[in-house]
Amino acid sequence: MKKISCYIDDIRIETPEGVTILELARANGIYIPTLCYHPDISPSGNCRLCIVEIEGRRGQHISCMTRVEDGMRIRTDSQEIAEIRRVTLELIHANHTQDCTSCSSNNNCQLQEVTAYIGVNEERLNKLRRTRPLLKIDDSNPFFNLDHNKCITCGICIRTCDEVAGVNALDYSFRGFATVVSTFGDKPIKESVCESCGECVVRCPVGALYVKETVIPAREVKTVCAYCGVGCNIYLGVRDNKIVSVRGDRESIVNKGRLCVKGRFGYSFVDHPERLTSPLIKSNSSFKEISWDEALDIIADKFSKNQGRKFAALSSAKATNEDNYIIQKFTRAVMGTNNIDHCARLCHAPTVSGLVQSFGSGAMTNSIDEFTSAKTIFSIGSNTTVAHPIIGLHVKEAKRKGAKIIVANPKEIDLCRFADIFIQHYPGTDVVLLMGMMKVIADEGLEDKKFLEDRCEGFDELLNCLGDYDLENVSRITGVDTEKIRQAARLYATNTPSSLIYAMGITQHSHGTDNVLAVSNIALLTGNVGKESSGVNPLRGQNNVQGACDMGGLPNVFPGYQSVTDPDKIEKFEKAWSARLDRQEGLTHTEYFTEIGKGNIKTLYQVGENPVLSEADANHVKKALEKLDFFVVQDIFLTETAQYADIVLPACSFAEKDGTFTNTERRVQRVRKAVNPPGEAMEDWRITCEIARRMGAEGFDFESVDDIVREINSLTPSYAGITYDRIEKEGLQWPCPDRKHPGTKYLHREKFAGSTGKGRLFPLLYKASVELPDTEFPLLLTTDRSLYHYHTSTMTGRVRGLKDIEGTEYLRINPEDARKMGVNEGEMVSVKSRRGKLKVKVNINRSCPEGVASLTFHFPETPTNELTICAVDPVSKIPETKVCAVNVEKTEL
Amino acid sequence: MNNQLDEIFAPFTGKSEELIPVLQAVQGEYGYLSDETMGEIARFTGVPGSRVYGVATFYSQFRFTPVGETHICVCRGTACHVRGSGKILENIEGLLGIKNGEVTDDLKYSIDTLACIGACGIAPCVVVNDKVNAKMTPNKVREILNRDKGL
Ligand code: SF4
Ligand code: SF4
Ligand code: SF4
Ligand code: FES
Ligand code: FES
Repeated sequence: MKKISCYIDDIRIETPEGVTILELARANGIYIPTLCYHPDISPSGNCRLCIVEIEGRRGQHISCMTRVEDGMRIRTDSQEIAEIRRVTLELIHANHTQDCTSCSSNNNCQLQEVTAYIGVNEERLNKLRRTRPLLKIDDSNPFFNLDHNKCITCGICIRTCDEVAGVNALDYSFRGFATVVSTFGDKPIKESVCESCGECVVRCPVGALYVKETVIPAREVKTVCAYCGVGCNIYLGVRDNKIVSVRGDRESIVNKGRLCVKGRFGYSFVDHPERLTSPLIKSNSSFKEISWDEALDIIADKFSKNQGRKFAALSSAKATNEDNYIIQKFTRAVMGTNNIDHCARLCHAPTVSGLVQSFGSGAMTNSIDEFTSAKTIFSIGSNTTVAHPIIGLHVKEAKRKGAKIIVANPKEIDLCRFADIFIQHYPGTDVVLLMGMMKVIADEGLEDKKFLEDRCEGFDELLNCLGDYDLENVSRITGVDTEKIRQAARLYATNTPSSLIYAMGITQHSHGTDNVLAVSNIALLTGNVGKESSGVNPLRGQNNVQGACDMGGLPNVFPGYQSVTDPDKIEKFEKAWSARLDRQEGLTHTEYFTEIGKGNIKTLYQVGENPVLSEADANHVKKALEKLDFFVVQDIFLTETAQYADIVLPACSFAEKDGTFTNTERRVQRVRKAVNPPGEAMEDWRITCEIARRMGAEGFDFESVDDIVREINSLTPSYAGITYDRIEKEGLQWPCPDRKHPGTKYLHREKFAGSTGKGRLFPLLYKASVELPDTEFPLLLTTDRSLYHYHTSTMTGRVRGLKDIEGTEYLRINPEDARKMGVNEGEMVSVKSRRGKLKVKVNINRSCPEGVASLTFHFPETPTNELTICAVDPVSKIPETKVCAVNVEKTEL
Repeated sequence: MNNQLDEIFAPFTGKSEELIPVLQAVQGEYGYLSDETMGEIARFTGVPGSRVYGVATFYSQFRFTPVGETHICVCRGTACHVRGSGKILENIEGLLGIKNGEVTDDLKYSIDTLACIGACGIAPCVVVNDKVNAKMTPNKVREILNRDKGL
């Protein structure tokens, strides 16, 4: 880029072209007062305080909108400038309530700052001051207020909601003196489309938008959000052992300071009065407190009597890598079984089994930050802005930068607002859709021949198989217009780099692995993988589901995906752990409950999970749990599943412990203790180590997480170089094989990770979902998520504001279906499947096509998974939670 | 309702630049803009709802309540203002029990204000259902309304 030079206040400054005068001045420590400028959004030239003079040009110039030119001589202050600024500022003050001392922005207010610099004339101000009636404060949002009386109409919130959040909840309304920031229809914020992300609140330069009950923290602790797999970096503000504030880390490459509503406002569960504070034992069907010693002794005794395959453990995608490592080590080395699994089975098991076959590694191939440079983003089976909000922001940013967006989803999701092509295919027809697109690509010669030649195998088999996918037929099965399929195929193949995003809409099917293979096929066919901003990106759900898999919380692999049936690996781990290990792969999460039912598993140790609500066909889970001889649950709350336990152990939440989480882009990030745990709660790893020691096991004498990490480093090649001192500031992405290695931004750069080094294409057949609608159960039920809740809402359900915004479940149905059933908005219906029945209110909504209805699974009162079917994918054993048949009837309250 | 809107939208292509003409067309048909019609306009033009509302409230030509059978417009131009149109407006508001921009519950009366209507010579002016009433006084207002209300 060309360098130019200029003078600001006689100081010579060199700069690349294209920066504004204001940006250059700031970068060089020269103050220019501003009120409507924010570095994250485009300038608006609205406040006119940032004026400067330029030699040889008349008048004043708005520095936030004027680019520096070579040889410019700029003055940031003069008598004239000072006078203009003073008058402008007085007009602003005249309309501003003056109660700084009681304002939550006192000492942190840009109006105070510019006033101190510019100075105002009190006398003139008093004359100017308008006596206008106080406008009502909008306090409808549970997390923040808008006080119009303090608003200086700088428009930063409006531009933030547009450019950063992509929600457009706010704009200026009315005119002249009456101009205010308002929502559509001047409604309270809570009734608007606002998503409560708080991005506008953070950027408001004054105290007009402010967090309710603002408390200034005594100290801040840098850690990672505990909700979704994006892994946003946050600072928890702490005062008196309480989290009083949350702030996004602007330096973090993952979220660049931005947060969603859960990450910013969703942590009051941490000190909720219902937190478990003492071990509990069940006696006469109720729980009573016991001491740690008693509890651990009973557990050690029972576990000792149930070693081997009679035992099974569920580790936790919410717990740290260190916790997960210890739990799997305990299961394998002490209990002598590979019966260790976790909820990844219910979300991304096909990703692991599918992408391992095609690419050799089952993780997101690119980094989150790369999305913004993609030319095409193809999101299939992912409600991106809802389930992974900050990745949603990256997609929106890409769109602003000119990328084309293809959305394929059975529901018209929020991301469709940004879509260039929206494909609304029938649930469960992804293989057909993708193969149809591939047929178009192959027929039109748009495949990447060189890439196929050099880097792939199996192209001919795929080509043969594509013959079966006649486009008319594809259109009939998927319900998508042929022309749309053609357009999407061409766009994805030619407007590169293309990045593909998928999530549960692809995986949660009885043919989930086929779906994943279809996804990897289309990427390989078009050469859209193994490159910057181009790849296959399964968005992982839980904050540490990636890490729980990496740490070997799976029945077939040790940490780092080393096979439990590979003799070399067995030998390596037997030596390291001084134990004899099971030679056979363990059972999966879904199989546990059938085996418990059959009496083959007698003891279950479950850490941080809630299968009674999250497992498909939940009624069969409940029945199984009742049959267990001994059931230990370790959690932060007494969950629906914990009710079935014999002993419940109180664990620490993410805010009470040290360790690491691995986010969806394989980035291992530091989690830090911010507050002390409630009562006697302990870290998960410490509890498990205690049990192991009481069983006489060796190798569990860890003093701190540092010791655990050293063991992980030594046994997990992809984590070998990831030490705490290296990830102090920013996380590292695996594979990171040694201490010099910089981590891996995107996978499969020169060769694929599998043993042949090639990417493999697979011929695929269409398999219908197991239970499709019929006359008795005429509607297809699919499941999705809400932005405001997380999984079974063990955490979000205890955050009052989130419950305020969304307190109950709604069955979403198409207006046409509602009409046929004779139900109106908000009326109660009964939803019945072959496995269960529940009552819920309806929300009539065009997002579902005719014949398809949807529920989330967030609300314990309406356990959606009692309806879903446990038809599993034969390869990955994931249940088909995305498709089952139901009957919906109007019913009384 | 949606069919009627579709008809109004028919001559347009749904580009964001068409926002103002679309707002005018919808108001032309319904007499005012409701949250519902503005919501549909937002959908049709792809302009965010908040911006549709912002634009609509910026221009005085748009109204957000239905027009009453008797639509009373008080001129608030300078000449009329100087001759007491503010008082006149207050007077009418008082008599009808509604505020400027509102309509009575029975949809019989509505009040609005106008900028100068070019009849400064006979200020202050009040336009009732398109008929200009000159040199208004509070008494005259009562007269017109009484006549109209059949009181
Ligand atoms: S909280 Fe977020 S969505 Fe709501 S108005 Fe502010 S920026 Fe927009
Ligand atoms: S609310 Fe804050 S950010 Fe928004 S216009 Fe007013 S002062 Fe600016
Ligand atoms: S996007 Fe995910 S990680 Fe980021 S703040 Fe929201 S829930 Fe937390
Ligand atoms: S900062 Fe430049 S006009 Fe406000
Ligand atoms: S000001 Fe009322 S007619 Fe001119």
